[in-house]
Amino acid sequence: MYTASDLRKGLKVEIDGVPYLITEFNFVKPGKGQAVYNCKLKNLISGGTISRAYRSNDKIDEPRLEERKLRYSYPEGDHYVFMDENYEQVNISAEALGDNRHFLAEDMEVEVLFHNGRPIEITLPYFVEKRVIHTEPGVRGDTATNVLKPATVEGGYEISVPLFVNQGDVVRIDTRTGEYVDRVAKK
Amino acid sequence: MAFAGEERTAGADGEAGRLRGCRAALERRAGMLRAVRAFFDSQGYLEVETPTRVPTPALELHIDAEPAGGAYLRTSPELHMKRLLAAGYERIYQIGPCFRRGERGRHHHPEFAMLEWYRAGANYRDALAETRALLAAVARAALGEPVVTRHGARIRLDGEWTVLTVREAFRKLAGWDPTLAYDADRFDLDMATRVEPGLPADRPVALIDYPAPAAALARCRAEHPPVAERWELYVGGLELANAFSELTDAAEQRRRFAECARERARLGKEAYAADEEFLRALERGLPDCAGVALGLDRLAMLLSGAETIAEVRLFTE
Repeated sequence: MYTASDLRKGLKVEIDGVPYLITEFNFVKPGKGQAVYNCKLKNLISGGTISRAYRSNDKIDEPRLEERKLRYSYPEGDHYVFMDENYEQVNISAEALGDNRHFLAEDMEVEVLFHNGRPIEITLPYFVEKRVIHTEPGVRGDTATNVLKPATVEGGYEISVPLFVNQGDVVRIDTRTGEYVDRVAKK
Repeated sequence: MAFAGEERTAGADGEAGRLRGCRAALERRAGMLRAVRAFFDSQGYLEVETPTRVPTPALELHIDAEPAGGAYLRTSPELHMKRLLAAGYERIYQIGPCFRRGERGRHHHPEFAMLEWYRAGANYRDALAETRALLAAVARAALGEPVVTRHGARIRLDGEWTVLTVREAFRKLAGWDPTLAYDADRFDLDMATRVEPGLPADRPVALIDYPAPAAALARCRAEHPPVAERWELYVGGLELANAFSELTDAAEQRRRFAECARERARLGKEAYAADEEFLRALERGLPDCAGVALGLDRLAMLLSGAETIAEVRLFTE
C-alpha cells in the first residue's frame, strides 16, 4: 500500500487491479485544507491515460511487479519461448510482445516486467542488427539520408531506410522506436 | 525576480556564475521588498520580528511543523504577533521565513517567505481593501503599472476585484453548499479540483465567508448557517493570501485548539500542545483586529511571470 505522500512521477501503482505508471504529478494544497495530489496515470496494459486526485491519507495499491531477465529461444505457434536463468521455459504471447517480436534473435537477453504473472513491459537491447531481405534499388548516386524508401528486414518487419541502402545490407534498428538508425554492413 | 531564466543563460562556470546571473532578478526582488515596506510604513505600521524557532507551532489540522531541537520552526508568525497586539501594538507587519513540512510542489516550497500584518480595529473586509492597495502599490513600483500578466491575461490589481462567497463558488463549481452540511474531505478535494481551477483567471478573486468548521483562527458570524470571516485571495489562479477577522474569544480559541489536537491525533499526526502564552494573552484581551498572511514568493511569481516557486527562490532544497 502506498499513501498519497509516497506518490511521485515514475512510480507504478495499481487501480482496480490494473497497473498504472504516474506520468505527471502535482502537489496542490488550497488554503488551509489538506494536500491534494493530482496525477496523470498511464494504463500499462491498454496504454490509455487517466487523471486522479488523491488526498494525503488516501491509500493506493502497490502493484505486484516482478522483473525477470529472460533469454529468447524460439517461436512456437502464437507465442514465443524464453528461458529464465534456471532454464525454466516461459511463454510470451505475440500480442504481449507487439512489434518487439520482430527484433528477437536467438539467445537475446530481454527484461520482462510481470504484473501478477502477466508480462506488461518487455525491454529489448536498444539496438538490433537486421539484414535487409527486400528493397527496391535506390537511384544511382543518391546518397541523401532524408529521402526514405520501404524495406523489409529478416523476420518480415518493414522499416523506412535511406535510398542508399541495398538488399543484403545489414542495418541497425532502435527497438524503442522501431526505426532505422544506420547501416552497419554493405552486402 | 525569477532566477531560473538567468540560470539557463549563466554559462558553464557553476554556482558562482549562476548566482552572478541572478543579480538583476535579486535587485527586482529587493525592490519588491522595499515597496512592501514603503507601503506599510506609509500606513503607520511598525515592522517587527518574532521568533523563527518556537516551543509549539500554531495548531492547524493540515499544517505540519518541522522539528528543530526540542522546538519547532514556525509555520507562521501569527501567535507571537497577536501577543504584540494584545499588548497594545495596533499596526504591525513582519517579513520573514516560515516552514511547513512536506509542502513541495509547483506553488509550494518547505521554506518560504511570508508577509504577515495585523491591524487593530479592522475587519476582514477592511483587510481586503488594504491588500488591494498594497498589491497595486507594489506592482506599480516593480512594473511601472498596477497590472500583472499571468498565462497571457493582463490582470489589473487596482480595478474591481471579484468577491465570491465560498457558498456561491461551491454551488456554481462543485454543485453543493458546504456551509449547510460540511464534509471536510469533500470540501478539500472539490476546492482543489473544481473550485480553484474554475475561478476567473483574468482578475483578482477573493473567496470569502468560509464554512464555520474551516474557520481556522477566524471569527465566526452568528448567522444561519454560521460562516467564518475569512478570505483567500487568488490572482490569476494563484493563491496569494489568507485573512481573518481574528478570533478574540479566548475560550473559543482554547476549544478550537483542543478540537484540532484531537483531530490531528485521530489522523495519526503529532498533536502539538496549545500555546499557553498566546492563550493567556487572549484572556488578557486581544482587540478586534484583522490579519493577513501573504506569500511573498508567490507575489514574486506574479510580478515576474514565473510558473513555479522554485524559479523565484535563489536556493532551493
